[in-house]
Amino acid sequence: MAQVLSDLLAVATFQAGFNTTVVMLGAAALGCAAGAAGTFAMLRRRALVSDAVAHGTLPGIAAAFLLAALLGRAPREAGWLMGGAGFAALLSLAAIEWLGRRSRVGHDTATAAVLAAGFGLGLALMSVVQTLAVGRQAGLESLLFGSAAGMLPAEAQMMAGLAVLVLAVVALLLKEFSAVAFDPDFAATVGLPVARLDGLVALVCAVVVVAALPIAGFVLAVALVVIPPAAARFWSDRAGTVVAVAALLGAVSAFSGAALSAVLADTPTGPAIVLVAACLFTLSLLFGRARGLLGGRG
Amino acid sequence: MAEFWTVDFVPLLAASLSALACALVGNLLVLTRRAMAADALSHAVVPGVVVAVAVTGLAGSLVVLAGGLAAAFAASGLVALLIRLGRVEPGTALGVVFTTFFAFGILVLEWSGLSRTGFDIHHVVTGYLEGLIWIGRDPGAQASLLRSLMDLPQVVFELAIVLVLVVAILGAFRKEFALLAFDPVFARASGLPVGLLEAALLTATALACTAAFKSVGVVLAVAMIVCPAATARLLTTRLPQQMALSAAIALGTVFVGYAAAVLGPRLFGSALALNAAGTIGAMAGLALVATAAMRGRA
Repeated sequence: MAQVLSDLLAVATFQAGFNTTVVMLGAAALGCAAGAAGTFAMLRRRALVSDAVAHGTLPGIAAAFLLAALLGRAPREAGWLMGGAGFAALLSLAAIEWLGRRSRVGHDTATAAVLAAGFGLGLALMSVVQTLAVGRQAGLESLLFGSAAGMLPAEAQMMAGLAVLVLAVVALLLKEFSAVAFDPDFAATVGLPVARLDGLVALVCAVVVVAALPIAGFVLAVALVVIPPAAARFWSDRAGTVVAVAALLGAVSAFSGAALSAVLADTPTGPAIVLVAACLFTLSLLFGRARGLLGGRG
Repeated sequence: MAEFWTVDFVPLLAASLSALACALVGNLLVLTRRAMAADALSHAVVPGVVVAVAVTGLAGSLVVLAGGLAAAFAASGLVALLIRLGRVEPGTALGVVFTTFFAFGILVLEWSGLSRTGFDIHHVVTGYLEGLIWIGRDPGAQASLLRSLMDLPQVVFELAIVLVLVVAILGAFRKEFALLAFDPVFARASGLPVGLLEAALLTATALACTAAFKSVGVVLAVAMIVCPAATARLLTTRLPQQMALSAAIALGTVFVGYAAAVLGPRLFGSALALNAAGTIGAMAGLALVATAAMRGRA
């Protein structure tokens, strides 16, 4: 136990090697961006679209892998996989929108259908990838539940870069996003392009989720955009504050989760991040100043 | 032909039984806009099964089903609590609870050592139909038909029993469920025991998801809950027709999807087989998209 604590201290104070440090800082930046972007998705009741997007990236990753192998490139280069994942994420968003517009299908069913069918297609393609000699190194294991340890420095840098990009977009459009999220009718009256801003929020969340795949995994990446905003909502009714608290909680969850996973044996990063976030959520549910059960103003 | 009976017959049978149970229950879930809730539930049963197996040390059908059911009820209770007490947005509440449950399940699995003793979480997510081999039908075995029926993998019997239970639940309340699906306000006003009906629907869903757990996989279960019912819904407005149609579509996609997994690569002169659960799920999504495209803006 003492050993674990001192290891944890070493990791948390960046004395655990360059790679681990890059990964943890990348995770924190990403958690921050995810919390901020996720707040707007939550307030527009579109939180779970990110779940479908995360699952929907698998066929893109598998296809990029196969294409890279076919062209004789090194398939683990982050650019290939991220590119495939990003392309598939966009396709998933478009498919949900296209299917969900039909009243007999509906948005909820469209989201679940794209999630399951897209992931199924990905699994089928992945069974081809895993028969390739190069495929085994990038096996499904690390991508399902996330693994900070297995991440290449290039991947970590790309992850951090995307996080900074997302934070910049959110900071620039904070006022517009908040207006649409908290009061869509008002936003429409003052002439904001509500549909386009909604689309941009979905896109930003998709970018975050794709960037988070290597640490959080397909199944749990959605937690980064869902749990911190839900927790932040207990602390304030003001848009700016909720976004800031969500960003902070996201950063803390991702950073501590990555640190725990680096120190504890048999602890994949995705589940570690989710459980830290869940603890923060429970504390917020109880003690939040605005809506908390015990600490709230009711 | 002997190879068909040993290698392909049981996966087809298991997938068909599971697909029927999922698709039938899926009609009600899709009509009540609870497709994503079903997806969440399918993930939330994981910790229930893992804890039940870890605590009792048994991996029998009853232990697995009881654990899955208990977790399903706990998860949906928590979701309802978060929505009512915490005023959390419904989609967000689902996201918080299912990711937390699933993350907890994975960590228990890793830490208890169950993951090293043949309880493969990857198969739970991705499906492992290929693992279902019927040794009794090996031509070398020379056993009588009755004797070889006893050698069928146990999961086939579990899936058959669950299908019977699901049909019994749906049949017992068919009029009430139809009312609840098409006119929930009137259903409540006319004094239907809505709570009891919700519990019955939850039980049927959890049974279908838990039974799919070991070999069919969570992803295929979700695809079969959502896609055939949504496809049938595009083709008819009447519930009995929709149910019959969804069952037919589910069986059709199982056969076409399985054939694509086994025979598809042979067209290209390859001896490998694709992940059948994946191709079946992708086929179900393809059927939905094709139907939606052909039916215009229905």
